[in-house]
Amino acid sequence: MRFGFFYREALRGLSRNATPSLAAILTVLLTALVLGVFIPIVQATTGAANEIRSRVLVDVYVAERASTAEVTELRAALVATPNVRSVEFISKGEALKREQARNRDAFELLGSNPLPDSFRITPVDPGAVTAIVDRLAPRGDEGRRTPALGAIDEVRNREEETEKILSATGVVKGMTAGLAALLVLASIALISNTIRLSVFARRREVEVMRLVGATNWFIRWPFVIEGMIVGLAGGLLAVLVLTIAKNTLIDPLSERFALLAAPETIDFPLLVGILLAACVGVSAVGSGITLRRFLRI
Amino acid sequence: MAQPTFSTDALRSRGRAPARSGVPVVEMRDVSKTYGTGLTALERVSMRVGRGEFVFLVGSTGCGKSTCIRLLLKELDPTEGEVLISGRSLGEISRKRIPHLRRNIGVVFQDYKLLPNRTVYANVAYALQVIGESRESIRRKVPDILRLVGLSTKLHNYPDELSGGEQQRVSIARAFVNHPPLVLADEPTGNLDPETSIGIMQLIYRINRTGTTVIVATHDKEMVDKMRRRVIELREGRIIRDQLSGLYRPDESTSEFAIRLRGELGVGDEGHPN
Repeated sequence: MRFGFFYREALRGLSRNATPSLAAILTVLLTALVLGVFIPIVQATTGAANEIRSRVLVDVYVAERASTAEVTELRAALVATPNVRSVEFISKGEALKREQARNRDAFELLGSNPLPDSFRITPVDPGAVTAIVDRLAPRGDEGRRTPALGAIDEVRNREEETEKILSATGVVKGMTAGLAALLVLASIALISNTIRLSVFARRREVEVMRLVGATNWFIRWPFVIEGMIVGLAGGLLAVLVLTIAKNTLIDPLSERFALLAAPETIDFPLLVGILLAACVGVSAVGSGITLRRFLRI
Repeated sequence: MAQPTFSTDALRSRGRAPARSGVPVVEMRDVSKTYGTGLTALERVSMRVGRGEFVFLVGSTGCGKSTCIRLLLKELDPTEGEVLISGRSLGEISRKRIPHLRRNIGVVFQDYKLLPNRTVYANVAYALQVIGESRESIRRKVPDILRLVGLSTKLHNYPDELSGGEQQRVSIARAFVNHPPLVLADEPTGNLDPETSIGIMQLIYRINRTGTTVIVATHDKEMVDKMRRRVIELREGRIIRDQLSGLYRPDESTSEFAIRLRGELGVGDEGHPN
């Protein structure tokens, strides 16, 4: 009975100032959409970076001046190194071919081939890859690596690339968080404005309620519910849009491209739950702020 | 100190005759009220109103009548002094308990304060919904009270379809539907013609006869003179008269009135210039 009363009052308020309510719903919708799109994206990129890190390979670049004999010697040394599963020789020409396949234009500009010969080592235990690197190019006193053999120019694993990707995803994460924070603030502001207008439109009712002895929360609840309905409506719309997008765009694509499906992302139902909870929470905060300021009883 | 409750029995006299003994329903002790602008609305006002009394609060506009009413509802707090309702100081009532105080005071205003988008029935029911009454008790009480005020045929009309007098009846029904022990009326007949006013006063009087204490702020001279109840007159925030079965103005002959009229116009401190 009581909840029914609050609920009817809230709907009455909503229908009476539909325009600001609509604006608030749209902002909530936008906020939820941004969150709903970026949470999986950030997760996917982080996941991809971590995957690269787990696919550890060690590249040993052969020094330009090394003779054929030295190269053969180096190969034997590499195979003899503990924890090495396989060693693959990639010649200058082959390296160029691979890079050209990835980015044709960039290498056409160069004219000559800047890439060295290299060996690619696959470790037995990816976790102990640093041991291989340390053995082939021990760290000196100043922390710089010096190759153990004259034929080695440089030893690299993918750690650095992974770091770059991770820092890039860090930037994306930061920007998303910033954008989301701004949108959340905008939503709170618009919802409080909606509720404020609603309070203003119903000031007579509020006055009468006070006169006949309604408790403060009895007066406030309809407004809080009104705000939460706005939040929920925005959230549900966003979920609807996301579901449609997922079913029509992402799902068919991910069937064809393994890449999209590969990284572990958040479960869709969980994402929906988080978004709806966030929307309702944000709108409750928005209404609360207004009621504290404009409905002193 | 035990929490005094505003129980109906404690506040309402059982007999018909107004009783002035026991704990007064309303008591003001040296109450002064100064507004933020420096305007003094009340100055050292003291009064006691016993159970079941019918009191007129009279005086010209701005004399502090409405301030008194608002102090009793704790819409305002006195700058000095103490307001007590059935022996309990309003200063001790926490903000959270104010609604419970107001549930025991019915209020009627000059401008009715009805909700325009609700029917007569819904307007009265609203007062009960808001304090969390059950649906059944609302269904039982609302038609009863509307019959008492003589509006049982207009349950489903909207306020703008009613005459002023009928609207005021709805507002009285709303104030009295809980059977509060105290009813305050701030110029209940201020917007009504004399004939309709009599009907409204009759209604308020009938409520008083059930043992409810009634305080009516008014400047309806005719009504006060005819009803001959206790009159408390305020002027510039002070009580200048408190008289049982009094008149709006103490007896005044036509010539005395003429002198007063000329005098006040001559001095010009109350009337308009020229």
